[in-house]
Amino acid sequence: MKHIVIIGNGISGITAARNIRKKNDNRITVISEESPFFFSRTALMYVFMGHMKFEHTQPYENDFWEKNKIDLLHDTVLKVDPNQKSVLLKTGKSLQYDDLIIATGSKSNKFGWPGQDLDGVQGLYHKQDLEKLTKSYKTIKRAVIVGGGLIGIELAEMLLSKNIEVTMLVREKSFWNGVLPNEESAMINELIKLHHIDLQLNTELIEIKDSGTGKVKSIVTSKNEEIECQLVGLTVGVTPNIDFLKDSGIEIERGVLVNEFLETNVANVYAIGDCAQHRTPTGGRKPIEQVWYTGRIMGETVANSICGNRSDYQPGIWFNSAKFFDVEYQTYGWVWAKPKENEATFFWKSKNEFKSLRLIYDKIGNHILGVNVFGIRLRHEVFDQWIQEKKNIEYVIDNLKTANFDPEFFKHHEAEIKNQFDKSTVCNLI
Amino acid sequence: MVDIQPYKTGFLQKLGLSLSALGLLILAVTLFGVEFENNGLLLTVSLLSIFVGTSIYAIKTYISLPAGIKNHGIWFNSLTSKGLLGWITAVILTGFYVVLYWFPEYLGQGVKGAANTNLIALFNPLSDLFTGKPATQWFVYGTLYTLIITTLGIKFILKYRHNRYQIIRTIVVIIAQLFLAYLIPNIMEGLNSDKAYFAMDIKYFWPLNYYFFNDWHLNNMVHGGSLGMVYLVWGIIGFLVITPFLTYYFGKRWYCSWVCGCGGLAETAGDPFRHLSDKSVRAWKIERYLIYGILLLITLITLVVLYGYFSGSSTFLGLDIYTYFTHPYGFLIGAAFSGVVGVGFYPILGSRVWCRFGCPMAAYMGIIQRFKSRFRITTNGGQCISCGNCSTYCEMGIDVRAYAQKGENIVRASCVGCGICSAVCPRGVLKLENGKLEGRIGKTFSYKK
Ligand SMILES: Cc1cc2nc3c(=O)[nH]c(=O)nc-3n(C[C@H](O)[C@H](O)[C@H](O)COP(=O)(O)OP(=O)(O)OC[C@H]3O[C@@H](n4cnc5c(N)ncnc54)[C@H](O)[C@@H]3O)c2cc1C
Ligand code: SF4
Ligand code: SF4
Repeated sequence: MKHIVIIGNGISGITAARNIRKKNDNRITVISEESPFFFSRTALMYVFMGHMKFEHTQPYENDFWEKNKIDLLHDTVLKVDPNQKSVLLKTGKSLQYDDLIIATGSKSNKFGWPGQDLDGVQGLYHKQDLEKLTKSYKTIKRAVIVGGGLIGIELAEMLLSKNIEVTMLVREKSFWNGVLPNEESAMINELIKLHHIDLQLNTELIEIKDSGTGKVKSIVTSKNEEIECQLVGLTVGVTPNIDFLKDSGIEIERGVLVNEFLETNVANVYAIGDCAQHRTPTGGRKPIEQVWYTGRIMGETVANSICGNRSDYQPGIWFNSAKFFDVEYQTYGWVWAKPKENEATFFWKSKNEFKSLRLIYDKIGNHILGVNVFGIRLRHEVFDQWIQEKKNIEYVIDNLKTANFDPEFFKHHEAEIKNQFDKSTVCNLI
Repeated sequence: MVDIQPYKTGFLQKLGLSLSALGLLILAVTLFGVEFENNGLLLTVSLLSIFVGTSIYAIKTYISLPAGIKNHGIWFNSLTSKGLLGWITAVILTGFYVVLYWFPEYLGQGVKGAANTNLIALFNPLSDLFTGKPATQWFVYGTLYTLIITTLGIKFILKYRHNRYQIIRTIVVIIAQLFLAYLIPNIMEGLNSDKAYFAMDIKYFWPLNYYFFNDWHLNNMVHGGSLGMVYLVWGIIGFLVITPFLTYYFGKRWYCSWVCGCGGLAETAGDPFRHLSDKSVRAWKIERYLIYGILLLITLITLVVLYGYFSGSSTFLGLDIYTYFTHPYGFLIGAAFSGVVGVGFYPILGSRVWCRFGCPMAAYMGIIQRFKSRFRITTNGGQCISCGNCSTYCEMGIDVRAYAQKGENIVRASCVGCGICSAVCPRGVLKLENGKLEGRIGKTFSYKK
């Protein structure tokens, strides 16, 4: 019987463990100190806002692990020794493995700002970050959130739910403009301001000032403004959590380097999820993917390989989703902030609601490449198929209704969208 | 676009709350023997104050917030998270039901021909208006029940105003209660007042209406003139044809979360407590034993009753049918389970305890929904982030996430199709749908080529 050791009990590590268990009876140990049981990091905000209790973020009942003979070890790995095939734990013990899966996820970025280690400066990634904020929020009147990404906007919503005033510093000229095209980004700017957030664009953090007692007193921005605050939320992205692998012989760069089979340079050692860096990313994907479902797919893939069916990572066509306050966002295929050479764009926006649809298609082949949608739900299956089968843009416009996934009785916009599309193509012809 | 206000209780909200408190106070003081000169006026003031006050409160509260999911602080609020307020409310509600069912004289029900007093007397003028008879505890209960569904239904619509499924569904719930369950039966009762009582709510089918086939009820319908015969035939078609037919096409939701009175109360008054349902696998096990056990029980009892009716005997195997069959069911299931536990325990066990563990109608439709129905909840490919909002807010305690994160359709006997899982999902993963039977159960989508 092999002993499979998994470092990290997030979505990727746990998916690997569950899928290995489905296939065979090997001994499985999952190591993590963050939480006793697997929970959904994506739901931390809902716990803070009182929509759920922490226990609701745990997708499996507590006795699931024992029933399935998955050993959970509440510890942290300090070192990996691939020659001895062992890991050294914080509690001093060491553990032998036959196969090792590294699934340690990410940690919040800090870019060396003066004052970044003061009391009151924090990110939002681990359960401990939530606990810290839960303790401190009552004394916070104003918070400054640095960075305009998905976690930043979640943190803003969380703080607003407690009537805390929020300032957001965003380096770009518009919110999440590195990912969202201008129109969508502008729409989110508007939404943020509607929620009375002081949104400061083209602005960076310069320094965090100490109150004299080791606590945050204020921050200074690149526009030389000093803003008094009791909390600084650092949400400027995340990096793989892999410092403990330095000098282990396992090759790392920003993440743990893996091939398409999720194997590292060392035999029997794999890396999956947020902490993996693909040597040869496919399908236009980034080398490091920090989203939920890619961790899940990598977990399934590595389980196959370890159980004798060597499989490569095939995440299919890119998709993602998020929610900005009450406005849902979904994307399928690739929609870049600025269209590429070969790409044409069709964009529709509702006049009085936060709803929009952007279709990207090939200028020459006329086939659909990607979609960005706000305020309307679209069927994953349908768009996935359309993009794979290279359906042309007219077909997509004519059949938009089959892709609609809004609840029954919701207002439909397909006719309006088609109308605008027909008009715009007529203009193009003239 | 609305100007978003912070979460504060302002003047208008306080005014609304005070007004509905005043209405409740009028009802409450009658319980302690305070009598009024003009019951008709006081009753009007009381009911209107509750309706208008609560509406003002709800309108002001929700309109100043952007349309969207409003679950902030649910698990911090003592009333909605099984805190002290929740327990106090549960005790009061349970107490009310115990008195209502078994000690109505404490509400002022006149016994043995005596005139009504207290709370029941307050409702005499309204009852008189409908039927020309003094009120009974059931008339008072029906009136308050309808008022609550209407008032809190309006609140619900405002709360979910971004979701047209919820708006339309709730309008239907209110109409079904107000007209089908309350106004029409009461008016017809008045027109038919020379005949003995039979149930006149056209959607109150056996087996939810467990006394439909009891000899007295059959007799009252048979001797109830042409109206009685219509109700008799309709009641039989209702459970034999209409129920399976509609459940096949739309799932049990057409009943449970669109027209049913018990469901109507759960969806409106019970909404703040929906997340308290038990999601454990253990609860699911108990649910299956209990609900199908009760369906079996009422079926057997009904067969015994029918045997008695047609054979003219009042005993079955030497046991008195009333004492050993119909009465215990009415007491234990009809009253204790559906009322005392079902509603009394809203703040502790969630809003659908009766619907999930007890209701034989739900069990009957659940079997159809599970095995032969076009209804399912579809999962949107790989978009689920396992956050757990859906499972938390499923009033039936279904672990929706367990299906969603696998990309599997949700086909469960107990799902009442309230649509709240789909509403609270932050990633647009869930959609209630009616569609083809094939491929309804199991995995629907694989993101890999
Ligand atoms: C607030 C928030 C919201 C998000 N929302 C979304 C979303 O909506 N959609 C989406 O797709 N993604 C979202 N993400 C990203 C998503 O949560 C991550 O991509 C995903 O959790 C990564 O999973 P993982 O298993 O790779 O790592 P993790 O979930 O980070 O798990 C790794 C575990 O390993 C442990 N660990 C680390 N080092 C060691 C060590 N040396 N020894 C032992 N244990 C160790 C960590 O403590 C952690 O418990 C969100 C993230 C956050 C923080
Ligand atoms: S599964 Fe969804 S629709 Fe069905 S009862 Fe639960 S919350 Fe309502
Ligand atoms: S609410 Fe939506 S995203 Fe969250 S677990 Fe349920 S289906 Fe998945």
